[in-house]
Amino acid sequence: QNSNFKENEVLSVTLSVQYLFQLDDDEEEEEEEEEEQEDKFDISISVKDPEKIGTNDMNAFQTPLPMFRNKTFTVRRRFSDFLGLYEKLSEKHGPNGFIVPPPPEKSILGMTKVKVGKEDSSSADFVERRRAALERYLQRIVHHPSLLQDPDVREFLEREELPRAVGTQALSGAGFLKMINKATDAVSKMTIKMNESDVWFEEKLQEVESADQQFRKLHVLVESLVVHRKELSLNTASFAKSTAMLGSAEDNTALSRALSQLAEVEDKMEQLHQDQATNDTFNFAELIADYIRLLGSVRGSFDHRMKAWQRWQDAQAALQKKRETEAKLLWANKPDKLQLVKEEIAEWEVKVTQYERDFDRVTATVRKEVVRFDKEKARNFKREIINYLECLLQSQQQLIKYWEAFLPEAKAIA
Amino acid sequence: GEPHPGPRAVNVDLQTDATLQVDISDALSERDKVKFTVHTKSTLPNFKQNEFSVVRQHEEFIWLHDSFVENEEYAGYIIPPAPPRPDFDASREKLQKLGEGEGSMTKEEFTKMKQELEAEYLAIFKKTVAMHEVFLCRVAAHPVLRKDLNFHVFLEYNQDLSVRGKNKKEKLEDFFKNVVKSADGVLVAGVKDVDDFFEHEKTFLLEYHNRVKDASAKSDRMIRSHKNAADDINRIASSLYTLGTQDSTDLCKFFLKVSELFEKTRKIESRVAADEDLKLADLLKYYLRESQAAKDLLYRRSRALVDYENANKALDKARAKNRDVLQAETSQQLCCHKFEKISESAKQELIDFKTRRVAAFRKNLVELAELELKHAKVT
Repeated sequence: QNSNFKENEVLSVTLSVQYLFQLDDDEEEEEEEEEEQEDKFDISISVKDPEKIGTNDMNAFQTPLPMFRNKTFTVRRRFSDFLGLYEKLSEKHGPNGFIVPPPPEKSILGMTKVKVGKEDSSSADFVERRRAALERYLQRIVHHPSLLQDPDVREFLEREELPRAVGTQALSGAGFLKMINKATDAVSKMTIKMNESDVWFEEKLQEVESADQQFRKLHVLVESLVVHRKELSLNTASFAKSTAMLGSAEDNTALSRALSQLAEVEDKMEQLHQDQATNDTFNFAELIADYIRLLGSVRGSFDHRMKAWQRWQDAQAALQKKRETEAKLLWANKPDKLQLVKEEIAEWEVKVTQYERDFDRVTATVRKEVVRFDKEKARNFKREIINYLECLLQSQQQLIKYWEAFLPEAKAIA
Repeated sequence: GEPHPGPRAVNVDLQTDATLQVDISDALSERDKVKFTVHTKSTLPNFKQNEFSVVRQHEEFIWLHDSFVENEEYAGYIIPPAPPRPDFDASREKLQKLGEGEGSMTKEEFTKMKQELEAEYLAIFKKTVAMHEVFLCRVAAHPVLRKDLNFHVFLEYNQDLSVRGKNKKEKLEDFFKNVVKSADGVLVAGVKDVDDFFEHEKTFLLEYHNRVKDASAKSDRMIRSHKNAADDINRIASSLYTLGTQDSTDLCKFFLKVSELFEKTRKIESRVAADEDLKLADLLKYYLRESQAAKDLLYRRSRALVDYENANKALDKARAKNRDVLQAETSQQLCCHKFEKISESAKQELIDFKTRRVAAFRKNLVELAELELKHAKVT
């Protein structure tokens, strides 16, 4: 397998979006099955020198590359390809306790607007949100040391054309959440007696559930803020126009001029509010949304650990049952059946050992993954929120400039 | 909060006159009414004492205003617009909803929201006091209106004036009166005035009034959005605080800091919205009402002109028929005198209106800009 990159190399991915509005008539006839119209994404991948990667990257790697090449190439992927990748990765790595980053959900409403060609700010917003979310999704995958080794990931990044992913219809918004939330039901139904070393897991799970609750609440609030800021922007624009009209009706010259200057200030404020709404969305709301999804994956990994534990327990129970049967047969003196049972016992003993080892392995993985997740989370939140606050500050500086320019005009009224 | 300058300073620029000073020294908000304590200081001989107070309710202010409007003697003046009815319904509803939803939020959140709503209630209360006060001050500052007998009774009579709100029949009568006035207005607006000054004023006021109305409505909408955003920021601050108190990790400490910042931002946004409300929205609302009052003055003058022209025609007819000539002459002279008197005082009133308007806008726009800068620099 000739790969473009070696182990431990640092990858940077950026996504741009291409839209597929209509298939040409000829192409349509060639299609055998109904091809679902989907937006396509161009993924630009470059292998970078970690020293050149500053704080722009999600993770700053500390281990230097033994060898590096600066190479850039592009592949084109459909949205369903991303979903397909997630399905493959979660099937393969989820049971081992890995936290597999989830992609953004399919949104029927959002996509319909875009397909209809609705050229408004809400569909432009949706497009950008999706692109950015997919980019972050890929970045999380390629920065996960184990996931990057996965051949499916390599194929996703390198192969010219990917075969269409099947079964991603199930990954609509609702289906997707169901899949992720299946974990919680399973965990809460189990009444498990935890021994000491598991207290960590119990606490962590509680933390995760509490964080999930808080984040969902916070997300709703931030989205509400976005809506109100957009309203504010529109209403400010409207007021600006109205003030300009008032200014032109005013017959005192200086006041008339001041009013039209006020209208200009309000116009600029409109833009500030709009920019602020964008800031709220991309540096705050989307961050929270990402983590709500990620927390779902974290709970998934806990669930997989529980499953491994359950499998081990079930094997122990089965072994116990066989031993009881063995004891009964010893008493009943049936040597043939006894031999069979002895063989079965041997099998189950192997299984029990295997499953215990599996459980320990999964436990260790989950633990490591959760620690990594927490560190990532802390780093991400700090960076994104500081970014957000800096934008806020910039906004304020601009505001000051506008009003400072206006003040002398107001004072000049006579 | 910061002390707001006296309402007189906000909307109108009036000299304080030792001979008659009026203010609202206190106000009490009861379940469905507000009681204003009207305080007067005067050296005029008309009053029994030099300083006294009475308690008045909104209906009594309206009674006073309407008595000015209905007084033919004051046809040539811009009647100071009546203060709007105190409206706490929305605020009260919000407080009630909050009480009902107490169980669904944390104690901190509840306390915070309650404080916010109480502050809002207080702001509305202060505003209604200011608006009632401005009305009285405008009357007290007007050279003719200040001598009005009803005004003195309003200020001094320490019993209830027993002016119940208008009943249905009276409200209907008022409605028709206004319809007639508007119809008149439409008729008369079409007639070009011989006097350039009034022709210009008519054109100007019609346009200006409409634009102030629009600007007032748009400013209200803008400020409401601003308040909504501030409310959201408030809730986000609370939510971040809860996240920050989960444990004492680095991230939690960070959340606490961010929560503080959001809280600060919220305070600033609230103050900005409140200042915009006071310096911009209230200003526009006030000049909406004043420009209407100025328009009413023009309508009255126009009607007087129509009456005068009709009297002229009647006189010509009477002379032609040589019947009731003296009566027609008297009538014509009365109309002429009335029209000229109104025109003379109207001219001065409209000039004063312009001066007041320009001064008020200047003051408020300067203060608005200064406050915006002050708040922005805090960050």
